[in-house]
Amino acid sequence: MTFKSLMLGACSVLAMAGVASAETLTIATVNNGDMIRMQKLTDDFTAKNPGIEVEWVTLEENVLRQKVTTDVATKGGQYDVMTIGTYEVPIWGQKGWLVSLNDLPASYDVDDILPAIRGGLTVDGELYAAPFYGESSMVMYRTDLMEKAGLEMPEAPSWQFVRDAAKAMTDKDAGVYGVCLRGKAGWGENVAFLTATANSFGAKWFDMDWKPQFDSAEWKEALTFYIEMMNESGPPGASSNGFNENLSLTQTGKCGMWIDATVAASFVTNPKDSTVADKMGFALAPDTGLGKRGNWLWAWSLAIPAGTQKEAAAKKFVEWATSKEYLALVAEKEGWANVPPGTRASLYANPEYAKVPFAKMTLDSINSADPTNPTVDKVPYVGVQFVAIPEFQGIATAVGQQFSAALAGTTSIDDALANAQRLTTRAMTKAGYIK
Amino acid sequence: MARAVTTRRKAAFTLCAWAIGLTIFFPILWTVLTSFKTEAQAIADPPTLLFFQWTTENYSEVLGRSNYFRHFANSVIISVGSTILGLIIAIPAAWSMAFVPAKRTKDVLMWMLSTKMLPPVGVLIPIYLIFRDTGLLDSRIGLVIVMTLINLPIIVWMLFTYFKEIPGEILEAARMDGATLWSEIIYVLTPMAVPGIASTMLLNIILAWNEAFWTLNLTTTNAAPLTAFIASYSSPEGLFYAKLSAASAMAIAPILIMGWFSQKQLVRGLTFGAVK
Repeated sequence: MTFKSLMLGACSVLAMAGVASAETLTIATVNNGDMIRMQKLTDDFTAKNPGIEVEWVTLEENVLRQKVTTDVATKGGQYDVMTIGTYEVPIWGQKGWLVSLNDLPASYDVDDILPAIRGGLTVDGELYAAPFYGESSMVMYRTDLMEKAGLEMPEAPSWQFVRDAAKAMTDKDAGVYGVCLRGKAGWGENVAFLTATANSFGAKWFDMDWKPQFDSAEWKEALTFYIEMMNESGPPGASSNGFNENLSLTQTGKCGMWIDATVAASFVTNPKDSTVADKMGFALAPDTGLGKRGNWLWAWSLAIPAGTQKEAAAKKFVEWATSKEYLALVAEKEGWANVPPGTRASLYANPEYAKVPFAKMTLDSINSADPTNPTVDKVPYVGVQFVAIPEFQGIATAVGQQFSAALAGTTSIDDALANAQRLTTRAMTKAGYIK
Repeated sequence: MARAVTTRRKAAFTLCAWAIGLTIFFPILWTVLTSFKTEAQAIADPPTLLFFQWTTENYSEVLGRSNYFRHFANSVIISVGSTILGLIIAIPAAWSMAFVPAKRTKDVLMWMLSTKMLPPVGVLIPIYLIFRDTGLLDSRIGLVIVMTLINLPIIVWMLFTYFKEIPGEILEAARMDGATLWSEIIYVLTPMAVPGIASTMLLNIILAWNEAFWTLNLTTTNAAPLTAFIASYSSPEGLFYAKLSAASAMAIAPILIMGWFSQKQLVRGLTFGAVK
């Protein structure tokens, strides 16, 4: 009896110790539809992994970036899994701030990840983050307005066609503007759009010696084209329009075309929020015939900071959230249109997913972007709509202000480019890139 | 005639005051109205003021997604805790500066104020490292310490201004009656300065409640107050205005109600000594 009681007591203590040692993962993530959906599906993970609990820290992108950068740089260990973008991964991976994911099990099928996305998350052969969803940019246009203008959108339009179509679709009296593009200053706002656009005009940020190239004819042509087109057919106050402002304009039927993130396709075709949900068509981002399109590449990815004490549990979570099984789970619970796009080839091979109206165009857009070879000429950097160096955020924010001022008409195109050239040269010299 | 002019002036001033008051209050009103709209209505152009389909969906969504009450409790603990700790330090400090000033008292006061001029981000990394090494990251006690330190100059300055208004002779009389230093501060000075201390306390609670730099950077889950709760509803990609408005309304409601009930005390304290 005494022995039995002793055994029972010991078992209880062991059981309690088991409960007490349950690991809690702290996961930092951005506030967007796909991530919120993942939070709601956490029970599936905890059911499959007893002993691991999950705490979410959801923040706006810029706040999140500041917090996780501070934490990872100081090895603060506040987070076990971080949501980061394709800009951070190469820089942080090179600095040794992230745990390599090369040892994920074979069942994860890493080869299924789209090559363009995988390339952006790999440094020297080491995969440092697993993509949760990937995006490029494309043309989202109003089929009814295009028809009314007597035009037909090609699958792969040129910039000149877009400009002409925008002019034809514009009806300023009715509050309809042919084209809505980002104008708000910011490295993730107008600079992302204009850098990708400039790539298609043959422009680049730096030559092989890291010398800034804003004084080139290609940059002048790209910026002039953008500003002239916006003046002809863009909405008023475009210099303060970012993603969300253009999304609002498009959803309320005020834009003929919107060139922006592929992820927006699900928003503009959602009848709950969009008044033009059934009138949207999609095409590849425009080009000028030089071999590069004006589309970017981005992936919100899950990475494990090197400072975490819970690496094994964190890997289990990353594996779950970026697996084929997770995509199937979302499809089952929320429908195929809500599956995180742009990460796995198998998703696009699925006939059910092929029925989603923007699926093919998203895949084609992602496949046409190459972060390791983003421009017409050879460049020393990685990144399509950014340059993956730590100094880029600061420089691009200042450059974005120049471009935004040129769009608003408070500075000339020549002055904006001259200022961009000057401030970039100064920053790059100070950072030691230019000797 | 003179009376008519006075009445007209009074009416004009009243109208003007109401116009200013409503203008200042409008953003809060708009936030509350938006919180009852759908995301599509929130971005409608032209915007609708009152005639829309009212919904509480955003509040349900926000309450379902976040642990509001944990954030609320953290905000209360951090703002009240830092205010009490600040007062414990500031009352003796302000007493000494007001009643036994030294040659450099003014310089010390100015130096204290100058610490408020430093951009907080300039000391983020050192403080983050100290917090990391002392295990204070994401702890309420850590936040209480930081909030106390950043608001201490304001508390000392406000209390110093109130204490200066109290005649030194009263304290001298207490001393002659045999009061010790502490009983002089606790039993004589503090009761006389209650209005000033109360308004300082209220202002400090409001400042600590609204502080969003340190509370966002030094917390993750356990100690995250309502500022972190609001920040989780903003998004650069996607519609969020209605849900963000609901989160904001829920975050500001407690402090707004407290401000409403204590506005008389607050205004009295803030204008104390302004007119002599």
